[in-house]
Amino acid sequence: MLLGPATAWLVVFLVLPFIAIAVFSVGERAPEGGYQAAFTFAQYANLPARATAFWNTMVLAPIGALACLLVAYPVAYYLALRAPQRWRLILLALVVIPFWTSLLMRTYAWMYVLGGRGIPALLAYIGFEDVRLINTPGAVLLGIVYGYLPLMILPIYVSLERLDRRLLEASADLGATPLSTFLSVTLKLSLPGVMTGFSLVMILLLGEYLIPTLLGGGKVFFIGNALVDLFLQSRNWPFGSAIAITLVLVSVVVLIAANRISTRVSGARRVDLI
Amino acid sequence: MSKSYRDGLPISPENFVDQLMRLKRGSIGRRDFLGLTGLGIATAVMAREIGIMPTPAFAAESLGDRMSIATWPNYHDPATFENFKKDTGVAVEVNVFGSNEEMLAKLQAGASGWSLFVPTNYTISTYKKLGIIEPLEMAKLPNFDGSQEDPRFTGEGTIEGVTYAVPKNWGTTGFAVNTKKLTKPMTSWKEFWDTAMAEGDSRTMVHDYQLTTIGNALKYYGYSFNSLKQDELAKAEELLLKVKPHLFAVSSDYQPGMRAGDAWMTMCWTNDGAQLHRDIPEIAYVLGKEGGEIWTDFYAIPKDAPNKPAGYALLNYLMNPQVAVKEHLANGAPSTDARVNKLLPKEVLDNPILYPAADLLTPLEFGAAATLTDPGRAELMARFKSA
Repeated sequence: MLLGPATAWLVVFLVLPFIAIAVFSVGERAPEGGYQAAFTFAQYANLPARATAFWNTMVLAPIGALACLLVAYPVAYYLALRAPQRWRLILLALVVIPFWTSLLMRTYAWMYVLGGRGIPALLAYIGFEDVRLINTPGAVLLGIVYGYLPLMILPIYVSLERLDRRLLEASADLGATPLSTFLSVTLKLSLPGVMTGFSLVMILLLGEYLIPTLLGGGKVFFIGNALVDLFLQSRNWPFGSAIAITLVLVSVVVLIAANRISTRVSGARRVDLI
Repeated sequence: MSKSYRDGLPISPENFVDQLMRLKRGSIGRRDFLGLTGLGIATAVMAREIGIMPTPAFAAESLGDRMSIATWPNYHDPATFENFKKDTGVAVEVNVFGSNEEMLAKLQAGASGWSLFVPTNYTISTYKKLGIIEPLEMAKLPNFDGSQEDPRFTGEGTIEGVTYAVPKNWGTTGFAVNTKKLTKPMTSWKEFWDTAMAEGDSRTMVHDYQLTTIGNALKYYGYSFNSLKQDELAKAEELLLKVKPHLFAVSSDYQPGMRAGDAWMTMCWTNDGAQLHRDIPEIAYVLGKEGGEIWTDFYAIPKDAPNKPAGYALLNYLMNPQVAVKEHLANGAPSTDARVNKLLPKEVLDNPILYPAADLLTPLEFGAAATLTDPGRAELMARFKSA
């Protein structure tokens, strides 16, 4: 009977909205915008009109997730294996606390840090004039890494924390260098955490629109931006719905692929992504 | 909201709104940002909090104790709503929006909860066609005097003899230039776009709004701001795609960039131009001599307004010239009402940003309803943004 509430929750908040979007996606845009009933696949046929946005997203998502991973892994490693026991909880809390503030606020803060009166003003003070940081690809990448870092750190931390320390000792006893111990024991055993973090960040990045808008100056157009424009600006709900459905399908494919890959490389261990 | 929760707040709602208003003034652009990001909703929630505060005992019964208005950022004197509440007991919840399309989308979806809102001229016919705005009962608006309104700005509020909306203020769409960084004097849209690809490289902003960005690109060739002709739009697209790599940003939130010195030139609405120039005198506001956009923002009442009596009461209150004059001093946009203009200080009336010379106003065009809803222009904008 415990399934009852959970099923109802899923139906109300997942299945019904999805059906509504699916119905919209085979409709037509009303002359004044919005939706009017129809049955056509014209919206799906029109998908190539947003091919650039899809392509930008497909490039951003893995690169962003990878950058996040490169920063997060050392942090998680330190937290799980190197940090003194009594500090660990405090350090973990420090990783999580920024999450209590909305991503919008934190990203808006970066706008001012990177803007002309922020870091560039400091650089001008020590002699580097007219440096522009805001609205560059670097600023977008920084915003993404900053925004999603905790989501990457936590799963990796969990898998490293569970690591049996005796395996590390055994590896050292058997003559492995610290590097090869790391590569063939630590890294390999933490792969489920890595893949969880990677897929989590990547899926969120597939729908990202806020960070490119605020830190990239709206010059780079992701599929999330295309969706916002279609629903709030041109009010072409059917086309927006078709894109949303496609995005959901792409996300599912990414999830399955990530699951397959990590199952293979981590030696057939089941990975829970959700 | 429980009492203990409110007690725990480190800052009082009034205080927070004051801070927010102070931050908003001059730091956030007119149309785009608040609505896009949901900060507008945050403001609305805070306003609702105030609504919970006890209302004066003399609250007029028939007006209820709260209503909600949808409007633009930096667009009202916060004291106006405070005073209205003091007079009537009705607390006003302010929803700040990013674009006309967003307002339209919300009203179309129904149950917006607004009893008054501020649409721009070119949307009113669409609202009327969709049957979602109220024909105004002019008897309930004794403070409005049509004979004192400049007819150039009031026309689109009345359709087939029925008044659906009354004007708030008008304005223009030009561009703002930091004259310390870009010293060559500029007077035209041609110069705007050419400079964006030369001295203004990576320092120029255009609106994230198809109406003005495409419209002003059309002006480069001298075409109509509202053109829907295929060949003319193709030329505008060619120009926009050529300029794109040189831009600092495609965003209607241009005040922060201009103020910080990151951006040197931007497409700009009158009231933002006036605010920027007031605080940073080297930022000039230029109207392209080829023309461009002139606009009027109106007040209208949705058909499904939950508190129509309060909507009418607030609208009537805002039409009082003594109140309206404070509104105009706060938001910086010029008034359509001769009675208000009489009350405005001379330096405001002499400000060429607010009241440009007649020869600059003549070629300006009002945006058309078809321009806003045209799917072809929406797709062009998407191609520009994704290029």
